[in-house]
Amino acid sequence: METIILFAPLVGAIICGFGWRIVGEKAGMVIATGLLFLSAILSWIVFFSFDGQTEQITIMRWIESGSLSTDWAIRLDRLTAIMLIVVTTVSSLVHLYSFGYMAHDEHFREGESYRPRFFAYLSFFTFAMLSLVTADNLVQMFFGWEGVGVASYLLIGFYIRKPSAGAAAIKAFVVNRVGDFGFALGIFGLFFLTDSINFDVIFASAPELAQTNIRFLWTDWNAANLLGFLLFVGAMGKSAQLFLHTWLPDAMEGPTPVSALIHAATMVTAGVFLVCRMSPLYEFAPDAATFIVYIGAFTAFFAATVGLVQNDIKRVIAYSTCSQLGYMFVAAGVGMYSAAMFHLFTHAFFKAMLFLGAGSVIHGMHHEQDMRNYGGLKDKLPVTFWAMMIGTLAITGVGIPLTYIGFAGFLSKDAIIESAFAAGTPAGQLGFWLLVIAAAMTSFYSWRLMFMTFFGKPRGDKHTHEHAHESPMTMLVPLGVLALGAIFAGMIWMSSFFGHTDQVAKFYGIPLAGEAHATEEGHGAADEHSEVAAAAEEHSDEATEMATSPEDVEVVVTDDHGADAEHHAAFGGNPGDGALYFGPENTVLDDAHNVPKWVKLSPFLAMLFGLVLAWVFYIRRPETPKQLAENQPILYQFLLNKWYFDEIYDVVFVRPAKSLGNFLWKKGDTGTIDGGINGLAMGIIPFFTRLAGRAQSGYIFAYAAAMVLGIVVLVTWMSITGGAN
Amino acid sequence: MISTDLAILLPEIFLSLFAMVALIAAVYTEKDGMAGTLTWAASAVMIAVAVWVLMSGGNDRTAFGGLFIDDGFARYAKVVILISAACVLMMSQEFMARRGLLKFEYPVLVVLAVVGMMLMVSAGDLMALYMGLELQSLALYVVAAIRRDGVKSTEAGLKYFVLGALSSGLLLYGASLTYGYAGTTQFAGIIGAAGEGEMPLGLLIGLVFIISGLAFKISAVPFHMWTPDVYEGAPTPITAFFATAPKIAAMGLFARVLHDAFGNATGDWGQILALLAVLSMFLGGIAAIGQRDIKRLMAYSSIAHMGYALVGLASGTEQGVTAMLIYMAIYVTMNIGTFAFILSMERDGRHITTIDSMRQLGSREPVKALALLVLMFSLAGVPPLLGFFGKFAVLMAAVDAGMTWLAVLGAIASVIGAFYYLRIVYYMYFGDESLEPVEGHMSPLTFGFLVASAAIMILGIVNLFGVDGYAAAAAATLVN
Repeated sequence: METIILFAPLVGAIICGFGWRIVGEKAGMVIATGLLFLSAILSWIVFFSFDGQTEQITIMRWIESGSLSTDWAIRLDRLTAIMLIVVTTVSSLVHLYSFGYMAHDEHFREGESYRPRFFAYLSFFTFAMLSLVTADNLVQMFFGWEGVGVASYLLIGFYIRKPSAGAAAIKAFVVNRVGDFGFALGIFGLFFLTDSINFDVIFASAPELAQTNIRFLWTDWNAANLLGFLLFVGAMGKSAQLFLHTWLPDAMEGPTPVSALIHAATMVTAGVFLVCRMSPLYEFAPDAATFIVYIGAFTAFFAATVGLVQNDIKRVIAYSTCSQLGYMFVAAGVGMYSAAMFHLFTHAFFKAMLFLGAGSVIHGMHHEQDMRNYGGLKDKLPVTFWAMMIGTLAITGVGIPLTYIGFAGFLSKDAIIESAFAAGTPAGQLGFWLLVIAAAMTSFYSWRLMFMTFFGKPRGDKHTHEHAHESPMTMLVPLGVLALGAIFAGMIWMSSFFGHTDQVAKFYGIPLAGEAHATEEGHGAADEHSEVAAAAEEHSDEATEMATSPEDVEVVVTDDHGADAEHHAAFGGNPGDGALYFGPENTVLDDAHNVPKWVKLSPFLAMLFGLVLAWVFYIRRPETPKQLAENQPILYQFLLNKWYFDEIYDVVFVRPAKSLGNFLWKKGDTGTIDGGINGLAMGIIPFFTRLAGRAQSGYIFAYAAAMVLGIVVLVTWMSITGGAN
Repeated sequence: MISTDLAILLPEIFLSLFAMVALIAAVYTEKDGMAGTLTWAASAVMIAVAVWVLMSGGNDRTAFGGLFIDDGFARYAKVVILISAACVLMMSQEFMARRGLLKFEYPVLVVLAVVGMMLMVSAGDLMALYMGLELQSLALYVVAAIRRDGVKSTEAGLKYFVLGALSSGLLLYGASLTYGYAGTTQFAGIIGAAGEGEMPLGLLIGLVFIISGLAFKISAVPFHMWTPDVYEGAPTPITAFFATAPKIAAMGLFARVLHDAFGNATGDWGQILALLAVLSMFLGGIAAIGQRDIKRLMAYSSIAHMGYALVGLASGTEQGVTAMLIYMAIYVTMNIGTFAFILSMERDGRHITTIDSMRQLGSREPVKALALLVLMFSLAGVPPLLGFFGKFAVLMAAVDAGMTWLAVLGAIASVIGAFYYLRIVYYMYFGDESLEPVEGHMSPLTFGFLVASAAIMILGIVNLFGVDGYAAAAAATLVN
């Protein structure tokens, strides 16, 4: 079944990409979409029937070279199962959506066949992404990693006649190369030290790596930290984290379904997935993990600030994605991989929906993307409006504070913020504050988008507004399905991702330390833990009403006692035993449930603040933004120009690289190499050819003379250098 | 005693007897009328003998007190010689008949030349060596001039004869010098006299002369001058023959003498061979660029190819001999295919050999053009065709023997050489249509040779048809 899930999209891509000439354009698209839905259904079956025990499904022997020997295998554990449903569900819905969105496109000539190509790319992307998440070893993962990179490149540049799309595609590819370089180095390093690329072996040797030093760039490093860092560099590239984020906003040049699938829900989360997958390594790499927290927190903050002032509807969402990915990395960095996956999971639904909703608006508004030309579209696009509304409620984190009722983003984002606080490290504290501030800004720009688009008076081209129309059913159905996810995904799976230790452990198939916990792990951890437990008991009354025991609400009420008893459980097992690994000192999950109330309230308050501010700015007094921008020109320009990252990179990297390239091209290649080769081929060789032709005079005596001359030379040479001397 | 010796020589004796019987039979019956039959018979006999030699296997044996050696190396060379000679004979039958050249002496002379070649690769003594060489050469001189009324053919025969005599003289001089210093003509004795350490200068000079004599036979630069003229002047089937069997024999003899008689002085002759190899590779590549006649072009091509084979030999190792043997087998296969095509080139009933005439072959005769394309790529050494692996083997042998510079030069020369092979491909597929094209008249047999040869170039990359194993075994018996 897993094999079908993995290969159905590939088959679809091949049939649709190459076979559409035979089966027809429409049939090719339907086949590709149908196969993806098959994949999605099977993924859900796998997800629900999965028992938490890691399985390896070998497909074929793959590499056999020296000590490098590996299978092509599917590693099925909870992480994979989660990613499977995320990828296939969003992908199948995006396929369906594309029927409507790609139906007509002014970027292509009349009668030109571009749709099968689009669907084939989408399906190919899905295959690559699936092979990334099902990978059983790093090289297989790298295959998927590069596969999605290629698909992303092809799809960003899908509008082949649009120069900016081509440039964006190249930019995405090149920036990702930087990250991939780190990733590749990390793989090399792991292979160098563990002599294997298989996850099982690498996980098992993670404690050893923490004790190893490796020499790299003039210095000795702790191997676990260095490798964790290098792998994270790969993740930074793919997940558009600070310093390697510049490609993501530009990637919005691609068609909107692509942005929803690749640049919101799936590919960009590959970095988060990588960090979670390598959790056994990061548990032994505290410095690398701290670095991840910093980068994640700053990205969340930075992207949110930029998102405040963008006017292109897709760019706003793109920066929002960038920012939300930062959240996930903070969670992964403080050791709460489960919360990172939780946010990844919920984010996939509501962010894909926001993008598809934005696509629906763009579609209805005849490819107008500037929000300044929107306004008052609530009545023209009612379904889209409600979908976007649900998405916005989800991303801003609307819910009932101190309970577990709320939109998906409410639960997962709060889980991250609480985890960051609970980490108790300076990095965690900083992360917590930055994330709360970012939450306020998230709320502000999300509502700003809603208000500018759907409320107020119509702005911009009158003609466009008059012809604004609701999208066809193929585009609205995916919105509806995703809306369900955006509303309920958080509440349903809260306990599995972020519940009690034993629930999370069961979900991920992690063994529990159980009773052995206190004796095995030394008094330090045990003491700390019992304090926590005591604190929890103290507040056990409040615990019920504010549901410190995070489960589905019904469960909390009915099963309070049991929950309390299980509170003592702790993660155990060896690295690689479950889908995730939590070190013995990692008590963030428990601590996160016991953070002060104000911490739990803070994201909600931040959200309210952002909402009110946005309402004041864009509904109550629409002239305020303009005034503010005029009062603070420097700040406004700074944000509008995305902190001048592109400009700085242009000066520091792009231009020197270009001038070096120009030099090597004109002077090096054209001048020296081409000149040399051409000179040789057109001047010197023909000269010798003529010489040889002339020597071939046809006279026997000349031939004989040549032979005798040859003998003379040889004899002379031998007499001088030969054996007798 | 003598009977065991004769038993070892049985294949050669059988072939000689066949030649004599065929000669007498033809003379007393219909003379040239018998030529066709004789050609087929000679081919069949040679293939039968090849199978016989291949099957005989067994231990290394010597006959006549070490004059004649029958070992794995000799058998490998003999099988390749016999099969290639048989193939060329079969291909040439139709061509010769159509042009009234099919004389009954032709197959007889070829068989005698082959006997000479077999003796060459089995020689264990300088005298046996010379005898085999002359038996082969005399037959070839006559064959080159078989078109007695043609100016070019007679000129070719005469040139070949005069220069061949000169080279024989050089060889003999070298042999006598060697004898003078070693006191024996047996290879086993010479290697003993040369000793482990420094070689006497006289012996060294003898070696240089012997090498020069043999270099003439494989047309290595600067002893190559006869090759283009003779290749061009001789009737095409004869050229095809010259380009194949005698080259293997001379190469085999080369390896035999150097390893059996001068195996202690690999450093010395390695240098000479390396020099000859470099000169041959470069001259073969550079001079061929100027050629407009495909037969002359193939002459230079064979000079260059001999250069590569010499690279293998120059490394002085067992691996080098293996590589050389593989290279020669591949070279012969490619040449048979290419000449099968050249034989078919004609216009208005006349045989033509200009490269220009191959324009637009790709569109008119796609199968032939494709086969020729494969062969040309293979000759140029373009991966993944078999020709590449031949070159790869010899260059690897040079690298492993610490002669990286030689391998580098070989690679450079192959780039230069690729030009003229690719130009033929260019003419076939992109050439100007205005010129009058060549008409291909091809019998099914010749066509079969062309296609089979091209197919081997592609299919052989799987496992070289096991030839590498035979070559390695053969090299192991020679170098020890």
